[in-house]
This record gives sequence, structure tokens and C-alpha cells, in this order.
Amino acid sequence: MGTTLAEKLWEDHLVRKGEDGAPDLIYIDLHMCHEVTSPQAFEGLRLAGRPVRRPDLTIATEDHNTPTLDIDLPIADETSRKQVDKLRENTREFGVRIHSLGDADQGIVHVVGPQLGLTMPGMTVVCGDSHTSTHGAFGSLAFGIGTSEVEHVLATQTLPLKPFKTMAINVNGTLPKGTTAKDIILAIIAKIGTGGGQGYVLEYRGDAIRALSMEARMTICNMSIEAGARAGIIAPDDTTFEYVKGRPHAPEGQDWDDAVAYWRTLVTDADAQFDAEVDLDASDLEPFITWGTNPGQGLPLSATVPNPEDFADEAEREAAANALEYMGLTPGTPFREIAVDTVFLGSCTNGRIEDLRAAAAIIKGREKAPNTRMLVVPGSARVRLQAEAEGLDQIFKDFGAEWRNAGCSMCLGMNPDQLRPQERSASTSNRNFEGRQGKGGRTHLVSPLVAAATAVRGTLSSPDDLVDAPAALA
Amino acid sequence: MEKFTTHTGIGVPLRRSNVDTDQIIPAVYLKRITRTGFEDALFAAWKGDADFVLNQPAYTHGSVLVAGPDFGTGSSREHAVWALKDYGFKVVIASRFADIFRGNSGKQGLLAAVVSQENVELLWKLLETEPGKEITVSLEDRTVTCGELTVPFEIDDYVRWRLMEGLDDIGLTLQHEADITAFEAKRAAWRPRTLPAKHLPSVEIEAARAADMPS
Repeated sequence: MGTTLAEKLWEDHLVRKGEDGAPDLIYIDLHMCHEVTSPQAFEGLRLAGRPVRRPDLTIATEDHNTPTLDIDLPIADETSRKQVDKLRENTREFGVRIHSLGDADQGIVHVVGPQLGLTMPGMTVVCGDSHTSTHGAFGSLAFGIGTSEVEHVLATQTLPLKPFKTMAINVNGTLPKGTTAKDIILAIIAKIGTGGGQGYVLEYRGDAIRALSMEARMTICNMSIEAGARAGIIAPDDTTFEYVKGRPHAPEGQDWDDAVAYWRTLVTDADAQFDAEVDLDASDLEPFITWGTNPGQGLPLSATVPNPEDFADEAEREAAANALEYMGLTPGTPFREIAVDTVFLGSCTNGRIEDLRAAAAIIKGREKAPNTRMLVVPGSARVRLQAEAEGLDQIFKDFGAEWRNAGCSMCLGMNPDQLRPQERSASTSNRNFEGRQGKGGRTHLVSPLVAAATAVRGTLSSPDDLVDAPAALA
Repeated sequence: MEKFTTHTGIGVPLRRSNVDTDQIIPAVYLKRITRTGFEDALFAAWKGDADFVLNQPAYTHGSVLVAGPDFGTGSSREHAVWALKDYGFKVVIASRFADIFRGNSGKQGLLAAVVSQENVELLWKLLETEPGKEITVSLEDRTVTCGELTVPFEIDDYVRWRLMEGLDDIGLTLQHEADITAFEAKRAAWRPRTLPAKHLPSVEIEAARAADMPS
């Protein structure tokens, strides 16, 4: 019997097979660090007198609590500043490469890795951040780890792990106009639930996935964790190789040929068995949004706020009732009538250049709804530079949006970019948990297209709701 | 890490499913650079609510949390485990845990015990009928006992062994350092290295200013 892609990657990184119930020891090809989940790990190394085993397989960026304004001034928040200073001090002491605020390669770790060509097929990638699953889009085994594991990887470049189970997510058909990768993944999470992926690596397969760009594939893999999965993965193909080629750290010459020859073997064998399979028809999809306080609480935008009484399962009924109370929503309200205070375009889910282009195409030549604020935060400084080179910044500014510096920003509200209590957002980020974007803030997860259309109308909307839909979508 | 064999303490019924790590500890508390002192941040958003279970005197000194399914979903922040430990929790019981949270717990000596939802409901009823009632968790026997009720729990054999022995993972791995070195010797040349650093030319990044933002 054949093997799945995830199993092949596991086998290729096996340092030592575990005996008597002990976990396998897996080699880690790339370890990314940021300021929030690493200080206690470096402190652990210091206390034990251990070095970083492979500084040349480690990289750090500042992203989680960096400001998106006045980045050339000292960080105003004292605890944030101390944490960022600590990262700079630790990377200096242990010889780790860092891209700091103000550096052209600073940005969200999951945007920076692929951009530098450090993320490529056939790797194991970890970071003390659950959205490390993003890098699975390249055909790599990539997953988030806790701080104890960060210390473990720094010290040993390995992790003791039990094999993951495998789940095929077959997405076939053609995405209808106005729908995106974000709608695919939100629909998958609504289908399998926030715990549906627990213990699994999800392999996204099918025509609809093959047709996606690399950045769209990253959006899908990014939110695998929202279904509870350890990782998400997509077999590499010419789209992948094309994206990697020529990037700063991409292999060259003979190395490139050797790499591609290996990468072409990274597919699930035709006769391989998955532990579970789920099917989704992309042709049936509509723009999708979340209405509740976990990413599994989602529905098509054309629907209405659900009635908790309609949930058969008692726990789900209670969760829905709690969510609606927190979100300040009444059952039966059409989603399209829900007024939004803030639109956030950014994050490791949807903060790449294609996301900014897609949103800019919608708002170009239109006016922002007067009572809605729009925050545009590029995923990295390079994305910001690219957008400026294409004139996208001017489109956003003319529209009345705030054009900010790069970082995680309002996705998790660790920096000053936060919602006020009861403020409602349409956000291209990944989590709608209570308080995630600011204490009391109410988050609806949406695609960049829905975010842009919502900023125009001031209520949750899709581009189809706009009169004189722009030519780009016709 | 301290060895864990059995623990007895006040049980706290938390009747909520999908308690994500942003609820356990909101992101604003993650800016600290220490590994301890997170007790004040635990369930911060719920602390203001007088009805919240930990605000009820009988449960305030609880050390065994009995929660709904899918506990610890979301972010990988180990701070969630530190906050629970710093508050005084030794055990969390639920029918399902998020993978990363469960992994983090195992590394930090917090026991994440998987008990069927049916038995969680029984425990909830007992703890609510008699607030302040104690629960005994035996890692040796893999059982949870509350009064007359004894129910089994599941835990990975290896994690159980490590918790019972109080062993540190890094030390265990470094016993196999020769295997790691041998593996490194055969890694392909094309595999990327972060050093020496390569990137596109450096460019001055203009700082966005509040004054330039629409009012």
C-alpha cells in the first residue's frame, strides 16, 4: 500500500524511531521565532547553559505586538517594548538572524518565510505560533508549537512527536465569481467543526485546490488550526515551484534541479489510505462569514442569524446562545443588514499582495461608508513596498482607509490596534474568539472581497451587492 | 519538573465548550518575559462577572478544572498552561483537548485528563450539588474519583510515564545527540539555511503616522 504525503515527509525527517511507546524524533528544517513565545525559551537555554544548536536554521521577526504607526520611534507601550528588546538581546546573544521593525524584511513570520524563499516544499517548519500551518501550502509539514517545544528545537533542532493521523479534504469544482480561498476554508471549518481536525494533518486536494495561487493556498493551510488540525498540507506542483524560484534563499543551479526532482516525488500515492476523508464542492460556495465566537460558527452571507433553538445538540445550542449574546445579534436578522464599525484587512491569513490587490480592485473609485473605518495592514514590509509600487496605497488612501505598517495588528490586538467594547468588525483574520480583537469586540471573519464590499456599504456585503460592479469582477 | 502520581483538590465545574486560549489568557497578558506570575491573567475577561465559577468562594481555591469539550483551542500560547498552573490548577478534565494545548500541558506537568462527556456531566452535577467538593486524580490508576463516583481517564502512555518520572524532554532527546548529528550529515545540499542571510536590497521603510490617517 502507498503512503500519504504527510507520511513521506515524516519518514524523510525521522532521526530516530521511538521504541516502547516513546515518540519518534523528528528533524526540524526551519524554526521561526517571534517576540511573544520565545523569551522564556531562550531563558531556559541560558539557565541550562545550552547553545542554539543550529542558528543557521533559525530566524526571528518582530510582529505580534509591534505598532503599525510611528515604527521609527521607541515602542510606546512599555511591556511591548521590553518584549521586543528581549528578542533583540536574545538573538544577538545566541547568534540568530532577526528582522526588526523598520527593516524591509520585517513582518508576520508566516509572510516573511515564504517571501524570503526560506519556506519551500519537503520541509519541516515550526514556530511558536499556531498559524505555522500556513507553510503547509508548499508541501511541507508545518505546525505550531508551545514555548517548551521552542526551547527544545532551539537546543536540539528536533522534536519528539507521535505520528499524526491523515485526513483528505477533497475540494472539487470551480469557485464561483466573488468567492475565494477564504470561503473554502471557512466552509470546511463550519462543516467539520473546531475539533474536527484534532490529531490530523489535513491534506487539501482536488481541482479547486490545484487551481489556486500559492497565496490562496497559504490562506487555506493557515486556518487548518481553526479546525483543530495539527497541520494542513497541499502537494507541491508547478505553481509552487514557480513561486519559490528566484527568491533570495531558493536553491540555484544543480541544487535547484536536485530539489525539484525531489519535490516532484512529494505526492500522496494513488493507493494510499487516509484515516478520514471529507468532500466539498467548490461550485456550491458563496461568500462565507462567521456569526459567532468560534471559527466553526459560519454561514453563507446570504443567510440570516441562526436561532439557537434550531441546533439539535445541546452543547451547540448553548454555545450559539452565548455567542449571539456576546455578538449582540438577533436570530433571523439577514447578515447583509448587520452594520460594521471597522473593517480590518491584513493578518497571516489575508495580508499578502494578492489580498490587497483583490480588495483594492473592489474599492477603487468608490467611497467608504461614512461610519465605517477601514484599517489596511500589509503582512510584511515587502508587501507594503510592493503595494506602494503598484499604487494600491493611493487607492486605499483615496477611499478613506488607514494605510499602516506591517504586523499582526488587529488580528489579535496585542498592539494598540484594538476594537473597543461592542465595536463590530469584518476582519480578514482567522479568529473570532471573544475579546480576540479587543475586550468586548465583535468579530466577523470574512474574505478580502467581502471586507472591501463591507467597507463600501457599511454593512456585511459581497462585491455583488455593489451597484456598478467594477469591471475586474465582471 | 515535579513528579505527578496523585492529586486531591477542589473540583471546579466550567460548563463551557470551546474554551479557547484567548479566554484562558487574553493576548494583552502575553507581553511578559517571565515564565511565572500569570495567575492574575487567567480567564481575565470572565473575572469581572460575579457569577463566574472561580468568583464563587467555594471554588476559588480549586485545583481540578472540569471543562466542556474542545478545551484549549486556538493559539499555541503556552501561557495558557502557565496561567492555569500559576493559579493553582494541577489537572484539567475534558472530553476533548486541542492538540497543542494538550502537548503544552504535558511539557509543563499540568495533567490534561480525557474523560468521556457523559462522565464530565456526572462530575459537573456532583460539583454543583456540593460546591467545594474534592476530586482525587490518580495518574497511576488513570482514575478520577469524586465522592462515590470513580471514572477512568485517558492519557498517552509516554506522557504519563514522563509526568510520573518528572522528566525533562530536552535531556531525554540529548541522549540521542549522535543520531541527530548523523541525520544532519546526510541532509541534502539544497535545503535552505537562514545564514548567511540573503534578501532583496534593503530599502528605507516609511513610518505610517497617525496624522496622515483619515479622522
